Amino acid sequence: MYGSAYIDKDEKFVGTAEDEAQLLEVFEARIARGEKIEPDDWMPADYRKQLIRMIEQHAHSEIMGALPEGTWITRAPTLRRKLALIAKVQDEVGHGHLLYAAAETLGKSRETMINDLISGKSKYSNIFNYPAKTWADIAVIGFLVDAGAIINQLLNAKGSYGPYCRALERICYEESFHLKQGYDAFVALATGTPMQREMLQDALNRWWPPMMHFFGPSDKLSVHTERLMRWKVKMASNEEMRQEFIDQYVPKIWELDMTLPDPNLKKNEETGVWSYTEPDWDEFFKVINGDGPCNAERIAVRKYAEQHGRWVREALMSKAPATAVTPFA
Amino acid sequence: MSAAIKNLLLKIADDELIIGHRNSEWTGLGPILEEDIAFSSLAQDQIGHALANYTILQKEFGEAEPDVVAYLRTEKEFLSCQLVELPIGEYDFSLMRHFLFDHSESCRYELLLKSSFIPLAQLAKRIKGEMKYHTLHADLWITKLGAGTEESHARMQAALNEAMPYALGLFETSDYEDELISTGVFVGENALKTMWLERIAPIIEHANLKMPDIANIDPKFGGRHGYHTEYLQPLLSEMSEVLDLDPTTKW
Repeated sequence: MYGSAYIDKDEKFVGTAEDEAQLLEVFEARIARGEKIEPDDWMPADYRKQLIRMIEQHAHSEIMGALPEGTWITRAPTLRRKLALIAKVQDEVGHGHLLYAAAETLGKSRETMINDLISGKSKYSNIFNYPAKTWADIAVIGFLVDAGAIINQLLNAKGSYGPYCRALERICYEESFHLKQGYDAFVALATGTPMQREMLQDALNRWWPPMMHFFGPSDKLSVHTERLMRWKVKMASNEEMRQEFIDQYVPKIWELDMTLPDPNLKKNEETGVWSYTEPDWDEFFKVINGDGPCNAERIAVRKYAEQHGRWVREALMSKAPATAVTPFA
Repeated sequence: MSAAIKNLLLKIADDELIIGHRNSEWTGLGPILEEDIAFSSLAQDQIGHALANYTILQKEFGEAEPDVVAYLRTEKEFLSCQLVELPIGEYDFSLMRHFLFDHSESCRYELLLKSSFIPLAQLAKRIKGEMKYHTLHADLWITKLGAGTEESHARMQAALNEAMPYALGLFETSDYEDELISTGVFVGENALKTMWLERIAPIIEHANLKMPDIANIDPKFGGRHGYHTEYLQPLLSEMSEVLDLDPTTKW
């Protein structure tokens, strides 16, 4: 369990404030040199706390993100799209698995994290609280949500905490295939019949506002943010990530003669900065606080899985010998 | 001759497609993340096997392309057994079905290694390696849960009793049985069933479960002749929901 006190490997209290200041200095110098912090290394309590919060939320987002897309696996319109979508959603659950393991190195168990998810104590990405209403939503999610995730994750992979960075490297590699999968389905609809284009346009119109919320409100400059950036927990500001996303992907959408529901979306060619209509942040906070279109449904599904799987987990923990299986050759 | 082989290919492919569909429904619902991932793998393999068998039908016999065969037939045209179409139920039932079904598929592909119909023998060779992991996975879990807690044991026994009549339906013979056997395409459903029973019996015993009285069970036949439970049609309607918006265009 993590707490406000630091426990070293020998489980002794580390020492005085003076010692701690010295440890902090060494810690920050290591990060400044680009070294990775490993689970057994000394770290400030706030660093540990922020990382647990961040990695845990990321893990939750992966397994909750599997839900809206998962419901379309059985309806995917060709065998190849079906296979790609199962593989994609499976990867997302696998990422959750990997990230829970990374968070566990900081002292919080997977079980506790999942319990906190179900109880509503922990958050996950807001975007998964919106419904996937048609097949075109799957194309838009696979293309744009995964694109947004890649921007965020590539940056975080350069962060300071070793286990998280290594997990993210593998995740980014797989996400790049997801993006291709999503883009391919997106292009198929964008270049398809009028009915398919209409379906895609409708999905784009619905997903654009949550996509603009995706990176969060512009950060207020604070000592807290500045410190997280110095510790390489936070690698870029929310607005920097949003700008990068818009710059990379809006032209790709326009290129296919699709539109976005924001008349103010425009690039200043001199500065390279995009302007856009300020997203509705009241809506963002409303959804984060549990009042989005699908929050209750998503949590209910997770709860169902946990409750109905309890007997399996209990049996796994039992001492009964499993001797009948020949080990892997 | 070609009618016999087509019938064999179609029933194998349909079994794989429908069980793959059911296993894919576990996405996001697994009792632990590891099993969520495992059932996604099973589903991918099985739908991949269906695609491979439909592709042989297309290439060797000029049947329609795999997506058309998979998505646009009527319920009556499906030759899958009834075991695969049953809803996923709780994890105990899905796991038991996975155990019973994958052992039968594993035996079937092993027997097809010697098929006189070369495309199927070649496919069997490719698939055999994957089947090993399916059965290892099933055996491990059956054993662990069969001998786990009182609840897990009771659940697994109930699932075995419930699934067995349907599992026996896997071996329903077709009108082409004698022809397949005499031409060396396939040794037949009865030989397959014998091999399957020899495989599963010791694992069931190790799992501390009691083998149902096979001789006194009425197998749930009908699937191989297009007669299905009430669960197949809704599954097919769901599967083709998007494609039905416009089956003439590319998706």
